[in-house]
Amino acid sequence: MGQITLNQITKSFGETQVIPPLDLRIEEGEFVVFVGPSGCGKSTLLRLIAGLEDVSSGHIEIDGRDVTDVPPAQRGLAMVFQSYALYPHMSVRKNIAFPLRMAGMDEAEQKKRVERAATVLNLTDYLDRRPGQLSGGQRQRVAIGRAIVREPAAFLFDEPLSNLDAALRHGMRMEIGELHQSLATTMIYVTHDQVEAMTMADKIVVLRAGVIEQVGSPLELYREPRNLFVAGFIGSPTMNLLTGPEAKKHDATTIGVRPEHIEAGDPDASPWSGTVGISEHLGSDTFLHVHGTGLAETITVRADGEVPLRHGDRVGLTPHPDRIHRFDAKGLRIA
Amino acid sequence: MARAVSSRARLGWSAVAWVIGLLIFFPILWTILTSFKTESEAIASPPSLVFFDWTLENYEVVQERSNYARFLWNSIVIAGGSTLLGVLIAVPAAWAMAFQPTRRTKDILLWMLSTKMLPAVGVLYPIYLICIRLGVLDSKIALVVILMLINLPIIVWMLYTYFREIPGEILEAARMDGASLRSEILYVLTPMAIPGIASTVLLNFILAWNEAFWTLNLTAVSAAPLTAFIASYSSPEGLFFAKLSAASTMAIAPILILGWFSQKQLVRGLTFGAVK
Repeated sequence: MGQITLNQITKSFGETQVIPPLDLRIEEGEFVVFVGPSGCGKSTLLRLIAGLEDVSSGHIEIDGRDVTDVPPAQRGLAMVFQSYALYPHMSVRKNIAFPLRMAGMDEAEQKKRVERAATVLNLTDYLDRRPGQLSGGQRQRVAIGRAIVREPAAFLFDEPLSNLDAALRHGMRMEIGELHQSLATTMIYVTHDQVEAMTMADKIVVLRAGVIEQVGSPLELYREPRNLFVAGFIGSPTMNLLTGPEAKKHDATTIGVRPEHIEAGDPDASPWSGTVGISEHLGSDTFLHVHGTGLAETITVRADGEVPLRHGDRVGLTPHPDRIHRFDAKGLRIA
Repeated sequence: MARAVSSRARLGWSAVAWVIGLLIFFPILWTILTSFKTESEAIASPPSLVFFDWTLENYEVVQERSNYARFLWNSIVIAGGSTLLGVLIAVPAAWAMAFQPTRRTKDILLWMLSTKMLPAVGVLYPIYLICIRLGVLDSKIALVVILMLINLPIIVWMLYTYFREIPGEILEAARMDGASLRSEILYVLTPMAIPGIASTVLLNFILAWNEAFWTLNLTAVSAAPLTAFIASYSSPEGLFFAKLSAASTMAIAPILILGWFSQKQLVRGLTFGAVK
């Protein structure tokens, strides 16, 4: 179970419409990521699905049941918040058991489920502690534990990793991914981090100003961004976008080439050339920021990790011809 | 070197703080000391601080002349009743204001506070007449209601400030976890707000305990609390400083003891939000 349909939903705060009419279908068992810059309406959309905000118009269905006017408690969804939102006055055990207690489940079954969740999440040793005595990663796991014991129709995650440091974030990303594999429950995950979106999602929904810019699998978005916004948002480092004569050569207003699709080579035998501004040596890769001769934009190139180029060196650039994305004057992809 | 200077400065400042503290406490100390003196020693000049003949005579006389227990009981009922009633009314009000605010919430809060700016004596006549009409003059119930209304703005303001400190996401989490409004308030909000509610109750209990304008003006015998008990030993009967001091000491003793044991809550209550 866990199919969610949004049918022409809108949301306005006072005079401001933050979500114009929007349709979206989330299939059972899918891991869907809402991604977009801050203020794009992704968290609002999640809160509408949760029922924490009321839609201004339209309908929300969960497993075929219209839940538009159903309070959050009865939608059968579980949510993990950015701030974890644990109950500070309760032990970890009581935090995880809270939704079961609210459902009136008998104590023995509660205990069994809490212990099972604690085992899965490595929290067994911390069950009698208070949230204040836990680290950020542990708190996040308690929040996830509280969500999984209910066996909800779908999990909603609202930027759950943004309060964690980089190393922990990577670990938790894997854990959430594994959790999804083992539970096979629908998950909706909100983030502004496109790396999280790319690595975790079955399906990514890119949002800007409340409007869905593109829906697709991570690789679809990477290979065929529908417009300039998606092209610039997905991929790291971001796609090089060129306008002017270079774009004209390809019958487009703008062309885009990803840094990993440009070859660095001999300056005299390449279509583009320039001087290296900054080279970032990461070991595995080198990112070259090249000021191109006759090009308005600085071009980022992803080169081999041990390429010997440094600041001031001349370099030639060759884009892979079949990896050039073309966009028209409206910013839409030209097929 | 710098460390030595700063620790000497710290010593100096704490000496200053002690002096100021003692100056503020002095009237209370003097009252307590005077209550153990004889009437002639109480007005002797120069007064003696501790080297006098300690006596319990004043307490005996005060005990004989007035029924301390009845005044004490009235004080407890009036201060406790008005505080509890106030909190019962203020908790839902503060909840609504903190978690479901409207555009007018701030205005309403300020308007409530503005009622505290009116001098009490300005409404003495109307309230006195209303009490006569209702036949509740010199009754505890009238004082409970009036003191509750007087302190209500403060109670609502204090609770509102505490509730605002509770992150809304935790309440939303409770809602997502299937909690009804009742469970949300009972199992999540209230336990988290208990320190705040406790300091509000304490502070308002003390305010109501010490309230002297309405308690003196609206009571005579049957509802008279400890403030009236003290007043009955003041000047009209002559200069009985020692007995007045004994009565005052007896009146403030319960609240002083309560305050001593709950200083932590009180300090937290008065500084909450300022240092977080």
